[in-house]
Amino acid sequence: MSKRKPKKLIDENDVRIDGRKFDELRPVKIEVGILGNADGSAYIEQGKNKILAAVYGPKEVHPRHLALPDRALLRCRYHMAPFSVEERKSPAPSRREVELSKVIREALEPSVFVEYYPRASIDIFIEVLQADGGTRCAGITAASLALADAGIPMRDLVVACAAGKVEGRLVVDLTDLEDKGGEADLPLALMPNLNAITLLQMDGNLTTDEFEKVVNLAINGCRNLYTLQKEVLKSKYIAVKEAVEE
Amino acid sequence: MSSSSMVTRVKQKRIAELISSGKRLDGRGLTDYREIKLEVGIIERAEGSARVRLGKTEVMVGTKIEVGQPFPDVPNEGVLTVNAELVPLASPTFEPGPPDENSIELARIVDRGIRESKVIELEKLCIEPGKKVFVVFIDVYVLNHDGNLIDASAMAALAALLNTKMFNYEVEGGEIKIKPGYTPLPIRNYPMAVTFAKINDKVVVDPWLEEEQVMETRLTITMDKEGKICAIQKGGYGYFTLPQILEAVKIAQEKTEELRKLMVKG
Repeated sequence: MSKRKPKKLIDENDVRIDGRKFDELRPVKIEVGILGNADGSAYIEQGKNKILAAVYGPKEVHPRHLALPDRALLRCRYHMAPFSVEERKSPAPSRREVELSKVIREALEPSVFVEYYPRASIDIFIEVLQADGGTRCAGITAASLALADAGIPMRDLVVACAAGKVEGRLVVDLTDLEDKGGEADLPLALMPNLNAITLLQMDGNLTTDEFEKVVNLAINGCRNLYTLQKEVLKSKYIAVKEAVEE
Repeated sequence: MSSSSMVTRVKQKRIAELISSGKRLDGRGLTDYREIKLEVGIIERAEGSARVRLGKTEVMVGTKIEVGQPFPDVPNEGVLTVNAELVPLASPTFEPGPPDENSIELARIVDRGIRESKVIELEKLCIEPGKKVFVVFIDVYVLNHDGNLIDASAMAALAALLNTKMFNYEVEGGEIKIKPGYTPLPIRNYPMAVTFAKINDKVVVDPWLEEEQVMETRLTITMDKEGKICAIQKGGYGYFTLPQILEAVKIAQEKTEELRKLMVKG
């Protein structure tokens, strides 16, 4: 049941426990438009993380009194499947999930032209099917693609990546083991073309110098993921275009 | 915390304009705190208690200590839990009912500051490894909401912990026997939270309610007694640029020092 903590997370050759370098992301696979009913959807695999994101809207707000007169109501639910972690997680929303739903919504909202859809709602659902550290970030990366897939007007994509400190070394994209055994974890979300940081959290222990380096590591991670995000989105539209031309 | 239309548009505009010219509606500088008043030991029934007044914002924190089970991954450490209540009497925007996302976020920010800087020597709160440990409950009770609940709550929580007394005890055959007298809770760090609001592309410290209703976004930086960052949380619908964040970190370094001197005597 309980995993034994390995002695070392980084070996003497500066190789991390899963074989990566300090500034190397886990293998990432992204797909968009994979759910039938949703207006937009995306699926991301980042290392062992497997996460689905779906967007419904813009649509009528339920319950109606929540509607905003000047913009769309953006709602977000981040949720982990009971089987996504080592020990079964109760399906009821935990305090952590409530907080993450809030910060993810606040990370995505700056990118959406919510003022185009007064009195409407845009609902974002993130389901973590398997978790291995950095799920909020992978969830944001996927949710932003799902928003784009739903055809919702946006200022920029949002891409997220964590960085942190493990055994005194500054590393990007921490796994669950590294997060739990490490000294600091800093998730960050970025709108890459506007250089706007829309999510920033940290827990652990960092000097101000380390903090600056970790933030830059996370930003670089975001930029690498962004290239991939763009490619995936483009290839979807190229496929549509080709289908239409035939 | 919720943006309502309680501040008139005219006033909102005025607040934002003043801030771009480096001033604030209540006369403070951009990095000034409101007046801070601290009282401790005000609730006799609680193991520790404190009340912080930050301008008109008022937060009370009480601590209770009970015997409970440790978490399986840390069998020989005591347990820390933080809960926050946005009591309806504190603001017309607070409603009765189970904790909403704002109170959960508040509790979790306070919790992270205390947990990550290892304020309490939790390993000293173990009675029987894997079976019995002390559980420290920190309950944040917001009594009047006039902005920046986070800093007021973090301060009050730390003050209450410093004020917390543990009953003396001995273990006899697995049973806890309470002995006369009290000892202070073992404390080794003093984290301080500093919250910034971004208004008109400027960052200001300790936003009051009306500034919170104007702000685009919010950033809280918690630093421990060595000036290390132990927790950060961005909130609100806007964004920050990297230079703004680094500027905030610099200001936070000064401000946490200042607050710590005020809070921790000697």
